[in-house]
Amino acid sequence: MSMIHSTATQLLQELQASRLSSVEITSAYLDQIERHDPRVGAFLRFDRDAALQQARAIDERRAKGQPLGKLAGLPVAVKDLLTSTGELTTCASKILANFRSPYDSTVVAKLKAADAVLIGRTNMDEFAMGGSTENSAFQKTHNPWDLTRTPGGSSGGAAACVAASMTPLSIGTDTGGSIRQPAAMCGVTGLKPTYGRVSRFGLVAFASSLDQAGPLAWTADDAALLLEVIAGHDPRDATSVDAPVPAYSQSVRQPLAGLSLGLVREHFAAGLEPDVEQAVREAVKVYESLGATVKEISLPHSKYGVAVYYLVAPCEASSNLARYDGVHYGHRTDEAAMHAELNAKRKQLVAAGKHAEADKLESPLVELYRRSRAEGFGPEVKRRIMLGTYALSAGYYDAYYLKALKVRRLIRDDFDRAFQEVDFVIGPVSTSPAFKLGDKVDDPLAMYLMDIYTVSANLAGIAGISIPCGFSRGLPIGLQLQAKPFDEERLLRAAAMYQTATDWHTKRPTMGK
Amino acid sequence: MLSRQDVNKVSLLARLQLTEAELDTMTSQLGQIVGYVEQLNELDTKSVEPLSHPVDVKNVFRDDVLQPSLPRETMLANAPHASDEFYLVPAVLGD
Repeated sequence: MSMIHSTATQLLQELQASRLSSVEITSAYLDQIERHDPRVGAFLRFDRDAALQQARAIDERRAKGQPLGKLAGLPVAVKDLLTSTGELTTCASKILANFRSPYDSTVVAKLKAADAVLIGRTNMDEFAMGGSTENSAFQKTHNPWDLTRTPGGSSGGAAACVAASMTPLSIGTDTGGSIRQPAAMCGVTGLKPTYGRVSRFGLVAFASSLDQAGPLAWTADDAALLLEVIAGHDPRDATSVDAPVPAYSQSVRQPLAGLSLGLVREHFAAGLEPDVEQAVREAVKVYESLGATVKEISLPHSKYGVAVYYLVAPCEASSNLARYDGVHYGHRTDEAAMHAELNAKRKQLVAAGKHAEADKLESPLVELYRRSRAEGFGPEVKRRIMLGTYALSAGYYDAYYLKALKVRRLIRDDFDRAFQEVDFVIGPVSTSPAFKLGDKVDDPLAMYLMDIYTVSANLAGIAGISIPCGFSRGLPIGLQLQAKPFDEERLLRAAAMYQTATDWHTKRPTMGK
Repeated sequence: MLSRQDVNKVSLLARLQLTEAELDTMTSQLGQIVGYVEQLNELDTKSVEPLSHPVDVKNVFRDDVLQPSLPRETMLANAPHASDEFYLVPAVLGD
């Protein structure tokens, strides 16, 4: 097996036995990026010299017998939404095109402390809003299995770079499915941890009560390894939970006895593609053959998940994204041109005797905000800011935002009841495999409806994982397992059980020359 | 139903400037989305406590100890327009 087709766990063993160096491994992945990323577009930036320098330093420390971190020498790609000191963090937005973070996000700090090689920054939907990575202001990412298709999103770059063997490990973020859905569409393993499991400090906020960072990799073993490094309490994130972090990578291969799975009746309704349903039902049979009991359960409010999500997330976004004002950082409109236009407009109104209208013109400061934001944000981000602002505005708050929070409680209660009956909820990740680039860009609601199986986990704050479970016309299909809060240890073991019995997760796209 | 005027008003609240074409698209798209989310009204939620956060958020106390913070020049380095000490904005008060 070639180096870049190994798992992170295998590579780590080679590194620890000094059979491979980090420079050799990192070079091999960099070569793959240089060869294929011009067509895939997974990375917004990578820096060969900087990556090799990190690798060399780790190799030298290993040669001297110095203590090393848990990921020592392994390349990790990071979604361009987690800050890293002195480096660009653009969130794939024009408004942050030149933003250099003055501090490390906790996730990045933990990766550095674990001696990972930070190999590059991956593409995404602008501010993580989207399900196809087409909302990036900078470039399209193509699905490595079929370059005419999207990789999913919003962590499309994070999933595509693993699928294309450009890195063994990758960090994404998941606000409504943004790790699990691209993992499914790119045929890799992706875990959304429980809300509060991973610190959000330095994760540029989209919807603060929903955002979580998590691992993408080929296998559950590798996801366990990466989660173990990034999880944990952080005093700088008041919502991170002070609970011990299990040694996920040590226990991941221990199978679970007496496993019970819940198959959600409402998941198998209209809209689910037959191939996806077939693959999920086959996966359920695999679990049964491994001794699991499966029963049908009901999450009666799951059909309201998308409606709740597209109120809660935009409301939080409209508030979070108010910080982009053209003043503190980020894009600012051309001030001289703005003043000239405003003065001309005022003169025109005064000359026409329209003094009242002239007095009603916005102040230059408000005008500066409006223009800077209009120029800096893309269409989907504007849409969500508008939606959130509307839903929170006077007279509508109770009807929309408060109503959504109440139904959010009902969705959470459904899960609480389900987890009294079963260990995990099993089902599809997405209604269909990867769709064509451009297919849904003009129909935001259709794009939102694709999130039906993933948003509930974020609303309820529970953990979810996507693992490859088959193909439809050459395109990967994902299986989703959802677990009660802080049950990642068993969730990863359940995923590893499936991967021991199947080989879907070992399939790689043919990348050409 | 969401009107073009409503959308225009929201764009001011949201501090966004929309072109005429954007106003049209936004009015129709937001109308569709708002129409979709209104299905929540099917549910009687009178006695349901809203859930704003998935984990119970408790107040976190820590000792009041001075800690280093980032230097001013570091924080101002990303500002599009700044003096040595301040962020600069267009005059707010009239002349």
